[in-house]
Amino acid sequence: MTQETAIEIRDLVVEYGNRRILNSIDLDIPLGQISVIMGGSGAGKSTLLRSMLGLKKPTSGAIRMLGTDICTASPGQLQEFRKQMGVAFQGGALFTSMTVGENIQLPLRQHTRLDENTIQIMTRIKLDMVNMLPHEHLMPSELSGGMTKRAALARAIIMDPKLLFFDEPSAGLDPITSAELDELIIKLKQSMNMTIVVVTHELESVFKIADRIAILGDGGLILAGTPEEIRASDDPRVVGLLNRTPRQVNVDVDQHLRRLSGLQEASDKK
Amino acid sequence: MKHELVNKPDFDVLVLSGDIDLHHSPTLRERILSSLKGGRPLLIDMQEVSYIDSSGIASLVEGFQTAKSSNLHFGLLSISSPTLQVLAITRLDKIFSLYETEDSFIEILEL
Repeated sequence: MTQETAIEIRDLVVEYGNRRILNSIDLDIPLGQISVIMGGSGAGKSTLLRSMLGLKKPTSGAIRMLGTDICTASPGQLQEFRKQMGVAFQGGALFTSMTVGENIQLPLRQHTRLDENTIQIMTRIKLDMVNMLPHEHLMPSELSGGMTKRAALARAIIMDPKLLFFDEPSAGLDPITSAELDELIIKLKQSMNMTIVVVTHELESVFKIADRIAILGDGGLILAGTPEEIRASDDPRVVGLLNRTPRQVNVDVDQHLRRLSGLQEASDKK
Repeated sequence: MKHELVNKPDFDVLVLSGDIDLHHSPTLRERILSSLKGGRPLLIDMQEVSYIDSSGIASLVEGFQTAKSSNLHFGLLSISSPTLQVLAITRLDKIFSLYETEDSFIEILEL
Protein backbone atom coordinates (compact mmCIF):
# COMPACT_ATOMS: atom_id res chain seq x y z
CA MET A 1 0.00 0.00 0.00
CA THR A 2 1.42 3.35 -0.94
CA GLN A 3 1.34 6.00 1.71
CA GLU A 4 0.25 9.50 0.80
CA THR A 5 3.10 11.95 1.07
CA ALA A 6 2.76 15.43 2.57
CA ILE A 7 6.32 16.57 1.95
CA GLU A 8 8.75 15.30 -0.68
CA ILE A 9 12.35 16.37 -0.40
CA ARG A 10 14.54 15.52 -3.36
CA ASP A 11 18.30 15.89 -3.72
CA LEU A 12 18.30 18.86 -1.36
CA VAL A 13 21.54 20.76 -1.00
CA VAL A 14 21.77 23.75 1.34
CA GLU A 15 24.86 25.87 1.83
CA TYR A 16 25.71 28.87 3.98
CA GLY A 17 28.41 30.65 1.99
CA ASN A 18 30.97 27.99 1.14
CA ARG A 19 29.81 25.71 3.92
CA ARG A 20 27.62 22.82 2.80
CA ILE A 21 25.14 22.05 5.60
CA LEU A 22 22.82 19.59 3.85
CA ASN A 23 24.07 17.30 1.15
CA SER A 24 21.70 15.58 -1.25
CA ILE A 25 18.84 14.86 1.13
CA ASP A 26 15.97 12.67 -0.11
CA LEU A 27 13.13 12.35 2.38
CA ASP A 28 9.37 11.70 2.32
CA ILE A 29 7.14 12.94 5.15
CA PRO A 30 3.88 10.92 5.15
CA LEU A 31 0.49 12.61 5.39
CA GLY A 32 -1.31 12.57 8.74
CA GLN A 33 1.63 11.16 10.70
CA ILE A 34 4.17 12.45 13.18
CA SER A 35 7.64 12.52 11.65
CA VAL A 36 10.59 13.28 13.87
CA ILE A 37 13.83 14.66 12.50
CA MET A 38 16.68 13.96 14.84
CA GLY A 39 20.44 14.11 14.91
CA GLY A 40 23.25 15.51 16.95
CA SER A 41 24.16 19.17 17.20
CA GLY A 42 25.31 20.52 13.84
CA ALA A 43 23.69 17.63 11.95
CA GLY A 44 21.60 20.04 9.90
CA LYS A 45 18.21 19.59 11.62
CA SER A 46 17.47 23.28 11.97
CA THR A 47 18.66 24.02 8.45
CA LEU A 48 16.34 21.34 7.08
CA LEU A 49 13.48 22.83 9.09
CA ARG A 50 14.26 26.35 7.87
CA SER A 51 14.35 25.06 4.29
CA MET A 52 10.96 23.38 4.69
CA LEU A 53 9.53 26.60 6.10
CA GLY A 54 10.83 28.54 3.10
CA LEU A 55 13.09 30.60 5.36
CA LYS A 56 16.30 29.30 3.78
CA LYS A 57 16.50 28.94 0.03
CA PRO A 58 18.26 25.71 -0.92
CA THR A 59 21.28 25.76 -3.19
CA SER A 60 19.65 23.04 -5.28
CA GLY A 61 17.00 20.33 -5.05
CA ALA A 62 13.25 20.41 -4.50
CA ILE A 63 10.84 20.50 -1.59
CA ARG A 64 7.25 19.74 -2.56
CA MET A 65 4.76 20.34 0.22
CA LEU A 66 1.15 19.30 -0.35
CA GLY A 67 1.92 19.45 -4.06
CA THR A 68 3.57 22.90 -4.07
CA ASP A 69 7.29 23.23 -4.82
CA ILE A 70 8.23 25.82 -2.24
CA CYS A 71 11.72 26.26 -3.70
CA THR A 72 10.30 27.74 -6.90
CA ALA A 73 7.15 29.32 -5.45
CA SER A 74 6.78 33.10 -5.76
CA PRO A 75 6.68 35.15 -2.52
CA GLY A 76 2.90 35.50 -3.02
CA GLN A 77 2.42 31.76 -3.47
CA LEU A 78 4.61 31.11 -0.44
CA GLN A 79 2.57 33.55 1.63
CA GLU A 80 -0.65 31.79 0.57
CA PHE A 81 0.84 28.36 1.23
CA ARG A 82 1.95 29.36 4.73
CA LYS A 83 -1.71 29.62 5.75
CA GLN A 84 -1.72 25.83 5.68
CA MET A 85 1.36 25.66 7.92
CA GLY A 86 1.77 26.21 11.63
CA VAL A 87 5.15 26.64 13.26
CA ALA A 88 6.02 26.50 16.95
CA PHE A 89 9.52 27.89 17.26
CA GLN A 90 11.91 26.67 19.90
CA GLY A 91 11.96 29.92 21.85
CA GLY A 92 8.25 30.57 21.32
CA ALA A 93 8.79 33.73 19.23
CA LEU A 94 5.88 35.40 20.99
CA PHE A 95 5.51 39.16 20.63
CA THR A 96 6.48 40.55 24.01
CA SER A 97 4.20 43.59 23.75
CA MET A 98 1.08 41.45 23.32
CA THR A 99 -0.79 39.22 25.75
CA VAL A 100 -0.86 35.47 25.20
CA GLY A 101 -4.36 35.75 23.73
CA GLU A 102 -3.38 38.55 21.35
CA ASN A 103 -0.35 36.56 20.18
CA ILE A 104 -2.53 33.56 19.41
CA GLN A 105 -5.12 35.62 17.52
CA LEU A 106 -2.53 37.28 15.33
CA PRO A 107 -2.67 34.82 12.36
CA LEU A 108 -6.48 35.04 12.33
CA ARG A 109 -6.39 38.83 12.26
CA GLN A 110 -3.75 38.80 9.50
CA HIS A 111 -5.27 36.16 7.26
CA THR A 112 -9.03 36.09 7.86
CA ARG A 113 -12.00 38.39 8.25
CA LEU A 114 -13.75 36.30 10.85
CA ASP A 115 -16.21 37.87 13.25
CA GLU A 116 -14.67 39.09 16.53
CA ASN A 117 -16.75 36.60 18.56
CA THR A 118 -15.48 33.73 16.40
CA ILE A 119 -11.88 34.89 16.85
CA GLN A 120 -12.29 35.10 20.62
CA ILE A 121 -13.91 31.66 20.87
CA MET A 122 -11.29 30.06 18.57
CA THR A 123 -8.55 31.58 20.69
CA ARG A 124 -10.03 30.11 23.86
CA ILE A 125 -10.58 26.72 22.19
CA LYS A 126 -6.88 26.57 21.30
CA LEU A 127 -5.79 27.87 24.70
CA ASP A 128 -7.90 25.16 26.31
CA MET A 129 -6.32 22.53 24.05
CA VAL A 130 -2.88 23.42 25.38
CA ASN A 131 -4.09 23.90 28.98
CA MET A 132 -3.42 27.64 28.88
CA LEU A 133 -6.97 28.97 29.15
CA PRO A 134 -6.43 30.65 32.56
CA HIS A 135 -3.38 32.48 31.19
CA GLU A 136 -4.96 34.28 28.22
CA HIS A 137 -4.26 37.74 29.60
CA LEU A 138 -0.68 37.17 30.77
CA MET A 139 2.26 38.78 28.99
CA PRO A 140 4.96 36.49 27.53
CA SER A 141 7.43 37.73 30.16
CA GLU A 142 5.18 36.25 32.86
CA LEU A 143 5.26 32.72 31.37
CA SER A 144 7.43 29.76 32.34
CA GLY A 145 9.34 27.85 29.65
CA GLY A 146 6.63 25.20 29.38
CA MET A 147 3.87 27.81 29.21
CA THR A 148 5.74 29.68 26.47
CA LYS A 149 6.01 26.49 24.40
CA ARG A 150 2.31 25.75 24.87
CA ALA A 151 1.34 29.32 23.93
CA ALA A 152 3.53 29.05 20.82
CA LEU A 153 1.82 25.77 19.96
CA ALA A 154 -1.63 27.35 20.40
CA ARG A 155 -0.64 30.11 17.97
CA ALA A 156 0.77 27.53 15.54
CA ILE A 157 -2.54 25.63 15.41
CA ILE A 158 -4.94 28.58 15.52
CA MET A 159 -5.63 28.31 11.75
CA ASP A 160 -6.04 24.50 11.90
CA PRO A 161 -3.00 23.97 9.70
CA LYS A 162 -2.55 20.84 7.62
CA LEU A 163 1.15 20.88 8.43
CA LEU A 164 2.52 21.59 11.88
CA PHE A 165 6.24 22.10 12.52
CA PHE A 166 7.49 21.95 16.07
CA ASP A 167 11.11 22.86 16.80
CA GLU A 168 12.55 21.22 19.93
CA PRO A 169 9.31 20.93 21.93
CA SER A 170 11.01 19.36 24.95
CA ALA A 171 14.18 21.44 25.11
CA GLY A 172 14.65 23.00 28.53
CA LEU A 173 11.48 21.53 30.01
CA ASP A 174 11.03 19.35 33.09
CA PRO A 175 10.09 15.70 32.35
CA ILE A 176 6.42 16.12 33.32
CA THR A 177 5.82 19.20 31.18
CA SER A 178 7.72 17.52 28.38
CA ALA A 179 5.53 14.38 28.64
CA GLU A 180 2.39 16.56 28.61
CA LEU A 181 3.53 18.25 25.41
CA ASP A 182 4.19 14.84 23.83
CA GLU A 183 0.64 13.76 24.71
CA LEU A 184 -0.72 16.94 23.21
CA ILE A 185 1.18 16.43 19.94
CA ILE A 186 -0.26 12.91 19.65
CA LYS A 187 -3.79 14.18 20.38
CA LEU A 188 -3.44 16.87 17.71
CA LYS A 189 -2.51 14.27 15.13
CA GLN A 190 -5.39 12.00 16.12
CA SER A 191 -8.12 14.59 16.44
CA MET A 192 -7.16 17.12 13.79
CA ASN A 193 -5.49 14.75 11.33
CA MET A 194 -2.45 17.00 11.10
CA THR A 195 0.83 16.08 9.49
CA ILE A 196 3.33 16.95 12.19
CA VAL A 197 7.08 17.40 11.83
CA VAL A 198 9.02 17.58 15.08
CA VAL A 199 12.68 18.45 15.25
CA THR A 200 14.26 17.18 18.43
CA HIS A 201 17.10 15.22 19.93
CA GLU A 202 15.18 14.15 23.05
CA LEU A 203 15.21 10.36 22.65
CA GLU A 204 12.43 9.60 25.12
CA SER A 205 10.12 12.01 23.34
CA VAL A 206 11.10 10.70 19.90
CA PHE A 207 10.09 7.11 20.55
CA LYS A 208 6.89 8.18 22.29
CA ILE A 209 5.48 10.35 19.52
CA ALA A 210 7.09 9.30 16.23
CA ASP A 211 5.41 7.34 13.47
CA ARG A 212 8.52 7.93 11.34
CA ILE A 213 12.03 9.00 12.25
CA ALA A 214 14.68 10.58 10.04
CA ILE A 215 18.21 10.73 11.39
CA LEU A 216 20.58 13.34 10.03
CA GLY A 217 24.32 13.29 10.48
CA ASP A 218 27.13 15.32 8.95
CA GLY A 219 24.70 17.01 6.57
CA GLY A 220 23.33 13.78 5.14
CA LEU A 221 20.37 11.54 5.82
CA ILE A 222 21.71 8.54 7.71
CA LEU A 223 18.46 6.63 7.98
CA ALA A 224 14.70 7.12 7.75
CA GLY A 225 12.15 4.60 8.94
CA THR A 226 9.71 3.53 11.60
CA PRO A 227 10.84 3.62 15.26
CA GLU A 228 11.24 -0.18 15.07
CA GLU A 229 13.46 0.09 11.99
CA ILE A 230 15.56 2.77 13.66
CA ARG A 231 15.96 0.68 16.81
CA ALA A 232 16.96 -2.34 14.74
CA SER A 233 19.61 -0.44 12.79
CA ASP A 234 23.21 -1.54 13.19
CA ASP A 235 24.59 1.62 11.58
CA PRO A 236 27.20 2.77 14.12
CA ARG A 237 26.08 6.42 13.78
CA VAL A 238 22.48 5.47 14.60
CA VAL A 239 23.54 3.17 17.42
CA GLY A 240 25.83 5.92 18.75
CA LEU A 241 23.01 8.46 18.71
CA LEU A 242 20.55 6.12 20.43
CA ASN A 243 23.09 5.04 23.04
CA ARG A 244 24.38 8.59 23.50
CA THR A 245 27.90 7.48 22.67
CA PRO A 246 30.34 10.36 22.15
CA ARG A 247 31.42 10.70 18.52
CA GLN A 248 34.79 9.20 17.65
CA VAL A 249 36.78 11.74 15.68
CA ASN A 250 39.61 10.47 13.52
CA VAL A 251 42.54 12.82 13.91
CA ASP A 252 45.04 13.40 11.18
CA VAL A 253 48.05 14.38 13.28
CA ASP A 254 49.76 16.55 10.67
CA GLN A 255 46.56 18.33 9.65
CA HIS A 256 45.52 18.90 13.28
CA LEU A 257 48.93 20.34 14.14
CA ARG A 258 48.75 22.64 11.14
CA ARG A 259 45.26 23.81 12.26
CA LEU A 260 46.38 24.50 15.83
CA SER A 261 49.44 26.39 14.70
CA GLY A 262 47.45 28.43 12.17
CA LEU A 263 49.29 27.01 9.18
CA GLN A 264 46.15 25.35 7.79
CA GLU A 265 44.21 28.62 7.85
CA ALA A 266 47.03 30.40 6.10
CA SER A 267 47.14 27.77 3.36
CA ASP A 268 43.31 27.88 3.01
CA LYS A 269 43.46 31.62 2.34
CA LYS A 270 45.96 31.22 -0.49
CA MET B 1 -20.46 23.47 2.81
CA LYS B 2 -24.12 23.14 1.90
CA HIS B 3 -26.88 24.11 4.29
CA GLU B 4 -30.64 23.90 4.43
CA LEU B 5 -33.00 25.11 7.14
CA VAL B 6 -35.97 22.80 7.63
CA ASN B 7 -38.90 24.10 9.71
CA LYS B 8 -40.47 21.38 11.83
CA PRO B 9 -43.63 21.99 13.88
CA ASP B 10 -41.80 22.75 17.13
CA PHE B 11 -38.20 23.39 16.12
CA ASP B 12 -35.86 24.09 13.23
CA VAL B 13 -33.27 21.74 11.78
CA LEU B 14 -30.19 23.16 10.06
CA VAL B 15 -28.94 20.40 7.79
CA LEU B 16 -25.24 20.78 6.95
CA SER B 17 -23.03 18.85 4.56
CA GLY B 18 -19.48 18.95 3.23
CA ASP B 19 -16.47 20.70 4.73
CA ILE B 20 -16.86 23.55 7.21
CA ASP B 21 -13.71 25.64 7.36
CA LEU B 22 -12.57 29.25 7.61
CA HIS B 23 -14.33 30.08 4.35
CA HIS B 24 -17.70 28.65 5.37
CA SER B 25 -17.93 29.28 9.10
CA PRO B 26 -19.12 32.93 8.73
CA THR B 27 -22.12 31.58 6.74
CA LEU B 28 -22.72 28.88 9.35
CA ARG B 29 -22.60 31.49 12.14
CA GLU B 30 -25.05 33.74 10.32
CA ARG B 31 -27.46 30.85 9.61
CA ILE B 32 -27.43 29.68 13.22
CA LEU B 33 -27.87 33.13 14.76
CA SER B 34 -30.61 34.17 12.33
CA SER B 35 -32.50 30.94 12.97
CA LEU B 36 -32.27 31.41 16.74
CA LYS B 37 -33.64 34.95 16.37
CA GLY B 38 -36.94 33.26 15.45
CA GLY B 39 -37.13 32.01 19.04
CA ARG B 40 -37.34 28.31 18.13
CA PRO B 41 -35.18 25.41 19.33
CA LEU B 42 -32.48 24.46 16.83
CA LEU B 43 -31.06 21.09 15.92
CA ILE B 44 -27.92 21.06 13.76
CA ASP B 45 -27.86 17.92 11.59
CA MET B 46 -24.19 17.09 11.05
CA GLN B 47 -24.52 13.63 9.58
CA GLU B 48 -23.15 14.70 6.18
CA VAL B 49 -20.40 16.97 7.54
CA SER B 50 -17.08 15.56 6.36
CA TYR B 51 -14.84 18.04 8.18
CA ILE B 52 -15.26 20.91 10.60
CA ASP B 53 -12.42 23.14 11.75
CA SER B 54 -12.22 25.22 14.89
CA SER B 55 -13.82 28.27 13.24
CA GLY B 56 -16.87 26.08 12.56
CA ILE B 57 -16.83 24.78 16.10
CA ALA B 58 -16.56 28.39 17.34
CA SER B 59 -19.77 29.16 15.40
CA LEU B 60 -21.47 26.21 17.11
CA VAL B 61 -20.25 27.42 20.52
CA GLU B 62 -21.60 30.91 19.87
CA GLY B 63 -24.90 29.43 18.70
CA PHE B 64 -25.14 27.26 21.80
CA GLN B 65 -24.37 30.23 24.05
CA THR B 66 -26.97 32.39 22.27
CA ALA B 67 -29.60 29.66 22.53
CA LYS B 68 -28.83 29.11 26.19
CA SER B 69 -29.21 32.78 27.03
CA SER B 70 -32.61 32.72 25.27
CA ASN B 71 -33.65 29.49 27.04
CA LEU B 72 -33.82 27.62 23.75
CA HIS B 73 -32.75 24.04 23.18
CA PHE B 74 -29.75 23.68 20.88
CA GLY B 75 -28.54 20.26 19.83
CA LEU B 76 -26.11 18.57 17.48
CA LEU B 77 -27.38 15.55 15.57
CA SER B 78 -25.34 12.60 14.25
CA ILE B 79 -21.84 13.83 14.96
CA SER B 80 -19.21 11.81 13.11
CA SER B 81 -16.36 10.16 14.96
CA PRO B 82 -13.63 12.58 13.67
CA THR B 83 -15.75 15.59 14.67
CA LEU B 84 -16.37 14.05 18.07
CA GLN B 85 -12.60 13.73 18.54
CA VAL B 86 -12.15 17.42 17.77
CA LEU B 87 -14.85 18.27 20.32
CA ALA B 88 -13.38 15.88 22.87
CA ILE B 89 -9.91 17.44 22.85
CA THR B 90 -11.45 20.64 24.20
CA ARG B 91 -14.10 18.85 26.30
CA LEU B 92 -16.85 20.37 24.19
CA ASP B 93 -18.37 16.89 23.83
CA LYS B 94 -19.41 17.35 27.47
CA ILE B 95 -20.84 20.82 26.82
CA PHE B 96 -22.95 20.38 23.71
CA SER B 97 -26.15 18.34 23.75
CA LEU B 98 -25.46 15.52 21.28
CA TYR B 99 -28.26 13.44 19.76
CA GLU B 100 -28.17 10.31 17.68
CA THR B 101 -31.73 10.67 16.40
CA GLU B 102 -34.15 13.51 15.82
CA ASP B 103 -36.66 11.69 18.04
CA SER B 104 -34.35 11.91 21.04
CA PHE B 105 -34.19 15.71 20.55
CA ILE B 106 -38.00 15.83 20.37
CA GLU B 107 -38.20 13.85 23.61
CA ILE B 108 -36.07 16.49 25.35
CA LEU B 109 -38.32 19.27 24.01
CA GLU B 110 -41.37 17.50 25.39
CA LEU B 111 -39.99 17.20 28.91
